[in-house]
Amino acid sequence: MEASLKSRTRQPAHGPLHRLANLLYRKPNLYLALLLVPPLLWFGAIYFGSLLTLLWQGLYTFDDYSMMVTPELTLDNLIALFRPANYDIILRTLSMAIAVSLASALLAFPIAYYMARHTTGKTKAFFYIAVMMPMWASYIVKAYAWTLLLAKGGVAQWFVDQLGLAPTLQLILSIPGVGGSTLSTSHLGRFLVFVYIWLPFMILPIQAALERLPPSLLQASADLGARPWQTFVQVILPLSIPGIAAGSIFTFSLTLGDFIVPQLVGPPGFFIGSMVYVQQGAVGNMPMAAAFTLVPIVLIAIYLSIVKRLGAFDAL
Amino acid sequence: MTLAVQFTGVSRVFGEVKAVDRVSIDIQDGEFFSMLGPSGSGKTTCLRLIAGFEQPSAGSIRIHGEEAVGLAPYQRDVNTVFQDYALFPHMNVLDNVAYGLKVKGVAKGERYVRAEETLALVALDGYGARKPAQLSGGQRQRVALARALVNRPRVLLLDEPLGALDLKLREQMQGELKKLQRQLGITFIFVTHDQTEALSMSDRVAVFNKGRIEQVDSPRNLYMKPATAFVAEFVGTSNVLRGALAQRLTGQALPFSIRPEHIRFADDQPLASGELEVSGLLHDIQYQGAATRYEIQLENGQNLSVSQANDQWQAGAPTFQPGQAVTARWARAAMVALQDLAPGEGH
Repeated sequence: MEASLKSRTRQPAHGPLHRLANLLYRKPNLYLALLLVPPLLWFGAIYFGSLLTLLWQGLYTFDDYSMMVTPELTLDNLIALFRPANYDIILRTLSMAIAVSLASALLAFPIAYYMARHTTGKTKAFFYIAVMMPMWASYIVKAYAWTLLLAKGGVAQWFVDQLGLAPTLQLILSIPGVGGSTLSTSHLGRFLVFVYIWLPFMILPIQAALERLPPSLLQASADLGARPWQTFVQVILPLSIPGIAAGSIFTFSLTLGDFIVPQLVGPPGFFIGSMVYVQQGAVGNMPMAAAFTLVPIVLIAIYLSIVKRLGAFDAL
Repeated sequence: MTLAVQFTGVSRVFGEVKAVDRVSIDIQDGEFFSMLGPSGSGKTTCLRLIAGFEQPSAGSIRIHGEEAVGLAPYQRDVNTVFQDYALFPHMNVLDNVAYGLKVKGVAKGERYVRAEETLALVALDGYGARKPAQLSGGQRQRVALARALVNRPRVLLLDEPLGALDLKLREQMQGELKKLQRQLGITFIFVTHDQTEALSMSDRVAVFNKGRIEQVDSPRNLYMKPATAFVAEFVGTSNVLRGALAQRLTGQALPFSIRPEHIRFADDQPLASGELEVSGLLHDIQYQGAATRYEIQLENGQNLSVSQANDQWQAGAPTFQPGQAVTARWARAAMVALQDLAPGEGH
């Protein structure tokens, strides 16, 4: 017994693998470095480096006549963002992103709440799959499918007619900034498609935030005399704000960068994403495209600082 | 005297499991009442039934004479100190304490004054601006206490509130809780699995086992006159002797309990009248500071624990060796006859 204990506790380092294991155990910093160097190289050089290169190109000069890019630094592209035509694009995209984020949050919250607090086991798994399943299907196919659903004589139109709401729809479609000639060529239609596509990105973070809420907090609230709506306003909602903020960062930035939905659904007129696409593709004005990519980055930074100032991350 | 809480035939069934099984208790107004038992014995479920987080499957619960079955937690004049404190992480200490007043519509000025007063009651005045995350475990515990007291409930429920604290702090808080209860004069219902905690603080203790109450009594009676083998073994340490051995020693088939500290080792004197003795083999000696514990294996294979206070510092402690044959004696009067007959009942 004693002998076997001894041989088990005092095991000398035999092979090189043993010695390496012992070395890593003795020097945790070396271990951490080995673990982090590959992802840091990837993130630093390939991801961050290429992003900076891209933004740097936003300072290059594009010659309209020769259609050539020369590496002469200029601020013209950035200044051009404030021209009315470009400024309109930014405003159009921004207001859509805000509207989509708000609507997604409103739609996602009840679903997330139900998932987090009222489902267990198989029902929870079912909801996870149901929420994520649309994400498995091709994004372009879904966007195209929506153009058919919303087209004149499509399912949406038929449904509205069946409900006898056709005049109401016409009224809504006649509102400038919201409407268009049909659902599929209206801002409203584009908004519906965006909300549909990005909704899972809002549901899951809110669900995760609500899941983390200890039941005893809600019991404590009720115990102290709070009615259910008071518990909701005072405890549940404030503590789910980090989740809503995380979700809205997804919906906000994804809408800002999208270039396919704006082409397929809604009235003519560029979005930031489609403008970048056209500038670097058809026109070949890489500097202008790069300048446009700066816009979502700046907008997200502003958005995050507002969210932070509202105290959304205080409870993290 | 009015009853603060009255259980009449209360059961709570979760699927197949009877968490609480036909429990009846009367808790007096102004009493420090503990519910003691191992985990899963139904004590916490009983507390949650009073708070309103659970509804009974059968029976009646009255709080200050009013039927409480069917009432939501926010309709009851009781407040709870939670095991995990359940402080709201997004509010500072003052807002946490003032919460109960806020949801009842008390104006801002008044509720902050009262919250400050309640914080002073638990010696945390001046901590109002901090967030719960910036406090130590003991301080959070006090905030939870203040938050539950701010509504001035007539019954305060405490769900193992000291469980997460270290020993010294726990002992200090026990004293403070007891003092606070006397000062406020309200009913405290205290759930714990720690028998020393229950004994040292309570006016009366209910001992729970498998969803049922084994005994409700004063701490002294629980310890000196345990009604069942379970109580004898759960409250303090006890030797429960049964069967042929009990028959031979007492002339009765009933099991009985004898505390280790009521047993002594035989000396040269003959057996006095009113005393019993058994012999066995000493197989373990544990030095425990204030006392030394001796484990003796009796002839029938049963174990007998003997505890001797380490106060023979003048004469020198007895020098026993494991493996030695010893004889233990005790007074008949120190034995307690137990109700139940079934061997193995209890744990």
